[in-house]
Amino acid sequence: MSPILFYLFAAMTLVFAVAVVANRNPVASALSLVVSFLGLAALFVGLDAYFIAVIQVLVYAGAVMVLFLFIIMLLNIQAEERRKINVPAYAAGGLVTVAFIAQLWFVLQKFELGKTAFAPLAEKHVDDVRNVGNTLFSTHNLPFQVIGVLILVATIGVVVLSKRELK
Amino acid sequence: MAYVVPRPNLTWKEKIYLPSIVAGMAITFKHLKRMIKGETHVVMQYPEEKWDKSMPDHYRGAPTLVTDEHGRERCVACQLCEFICPPRAITIKPEEIPADNKFAKVEKRPKEFEIDMIRCIYCGLCEEVCPEQAIFLRKDYAITGITRAEMVHDKAKLYELGGVFTGLVNKWNPKK
Amino acid sequence: MDFLTSSDFWFLSLTSLAKTIFLIFLVVLPMVSYTVYAERRVSALIQDRVGPNRTGFPTSLIPGFTKDFSPFLGGLGQPVADAVKFLLKEDFVPGHVNKLYFWLAPCLAMMPAIVTLAAIPFGSEFLGVKMVVADINVGLLFMFAISSVSVYGIVLAGWSSNSKYPFLGGIRSTSQMISYELCMGLSAVPVLLVCGSTGLSSIVNYQVREGWLLAPFTNGGLSFREIALWVPIIIAFITFTISMFAETNRLPFDLPESETELVAGYHTEYSSMKFALFFLGEYTAMIAGSALIVVLFLGGWHLPFIPDGAGQGGLNFLHAIPSWIWGLVNITAFFAKVAVLLLVFIWIRWTLPRFRYDQLMKLGWLYLFEIALVNIFLTAGILAFTK
Repeated sequence: MSPILFYLFAAMTLVFAVAVVANRNPVASALSLVVSFLGLAALFVGLDAYFIAVIQVLVYAGAVMVLFLFIIMLLNIQAEERRKINVPAYAAGGLVTVAFIAQLWFVLQKFELGKTAFAPLAEKHVDDVRNVGNTLFSTHNLPFQVIGVLILVATIGVVVLSKRELK
Repeated sequence: MAYVVPRPNLTWKEKIYLPSIVAGMAITFKHLKRMIKGETHVVMQYPEEKWDKSMPDHYRGAPTLVTDEHGRERCVACQLCEFICPPRAITIKPEEIPADNKFAKVEKRPKEFEIDMIRCIYCGLCEEVCPEQAIFLRKDYAITGITRAEMVHDKAKLYELGGVFTGLVNKWNPKK
Repeated sequence: MDFLTSSDFWFLSLTSLAKTIFLIFLVVLPMVSYTVYAERRVSALIQDRVGPNRTGFPTSLIPGFTKDFSPFLGGLGQPVADAVKFLLKEDFVPGHVNKLYFWLAPCLAMMPAIVTLAAIPFGSEFLGVKMVVADINVGLLFMFAISSVSVYGIVLAGWSSNSKYPFLGGIRSTSQMISYELCMGLSAVPVLLVCGSTGLSSIVNYQVREGWLLAPFTNGGLSFREIALWVPIIIAFITFTISMFAETNRLPFDLPESETELVAGYHTEYSSMKFALFFLGEYTAMIAGSALIVVLFLGGWHLPFIPDGAGQGGLNFLHAIPSWIWGLVNITAFFAKVAVLLLVFIWIRWTLPRFRYDQLMKLGWLYLFEIALVNIFLTAGILAFTK
């Protein structure tokens, strides 16, 4: 991917990520998050990771955010009112942000691999669906199964909770 | 009393719906095929094919004025139709019949008789209310015009559409 | 900026541009307008009516011609007249709407439907160029991903209209599309298992080699494996087609816009070209859906017993014909198959009554979802045992 496109999509991701927080209207926030996800997907495409990019759009933009929007619309959440600036809260938030950036900075200083560019892929077209599947079911089989069980537990929990009456 | 409709017990073949969907599609396809072959003829192609011949006698088309067999205007300008007309489409200006006229004893006739066909709703009340049987709804249905003025039927136009009606009311006829 | 001088870059850009223009402006948009015409004509014929049969092309406006040009069927100028009508009508924006999203929604309804067309291989090769705009190895997932984004147009239209019927339509459509997306994705998995790839081009190439998935005899023979696989493939085809109907809001499942109860649902408040964009989006999605069915189950651009664009396979005497003709034949075959499927779409629309909302949800979640899920295991089992 040409650097121009990278900067374009990176800017798109960041600007709309800020818009998620800055917007007062919840529907506008949700839509900004969708656009941010689309920018992220475009960045994945730039890394030749088509599968991850498509799944990003399919799962986050196509399913999760639609449900979010659905619920925002159903509950009819009105636009937030502008509150007075709470100085201690803002200060604490700023402090956490600074601390996080500082931590990232120090870690990246020590991470040698992060300072060099990775060699480009040998093959132009990688069958990444097959690769992801193979890795998932061989090397990382146990974590995969554990996550599966976790999701199953969560699903059963949802079903139990959403039942109107327990007898 | 409440009546509970028993749900029919469906067989598995009916439950998967697909056979009935196919059966329904066969029915619609039959109609499609017949139409393409020209076997069904339900719709008329209007300007070429017309319904005029099979039109019933009670059809309510454009209201018209009629003359009797002696050439007398049947309308005596009583203005009942003007008052009954629900959309107020009728405007009548009466005048006295001059003494030298053959029908001087009728005394009144319309000087102007206008029906605004944009307003007319073809209800037939004017025909019903007329004591002289002078106004009739005829079978003309294609009343068109380019301007609003064209859509107002004046007296001449109404008599042209109505023509002559014999019999019916005899009280004004000359004594024999 | 060295990529600007490489000939590869220019060749790729220009051919992609040409393919996009050909696909969208010369094939899909005319196809959309004539699908609307076919819809009106076929619905009329099914109901023993005649349908639009008068509007010709107004050649009498050109000096020297006395009659309008109205070829064999009559009414073929109707789509053009409709388009002109849509463009010239007053574009009314009600005062109570949320302006920005009200304007955004029609674009969001139209755009994903067109973008999905990018991944569809609509022909083999023509003059050495592959007839697919973007030949990505996750083509099928790409189609699903982009078409799942098309919900936003409908949701936003319903929400921004600030009025009850569009809102109900938007809500219905959201839940319907989320439910049926799952069935659609799952019922396409058997195809992926059989073909071993998520790229649409490789799925078509597999079918050219081994025979169409829905008709495995098209490569000349039937093996035991193909007969055994036929069962899950037919089940997958049926569930996929039903989900496709629900995804494109076509009639047994057109609850989001049901005219009789929701006054046309999410586009009640729209007029003129904004309404036309919803209309175009819906029919483009229909074409993209039919194209996907053709690619997955009906062999894509392949005609049985006839060589592909590269001039391989088939009967010997056909090889004498130059390959660019076969390229054209394949493109024609693809769109002919799509057209037949569109006619089936229309035919079903004018046959079946609308579902009730709870029936729709029950069908999606309790039957199609489970059938598709079990079907995956069935296919995997057959593939494992007939290796």
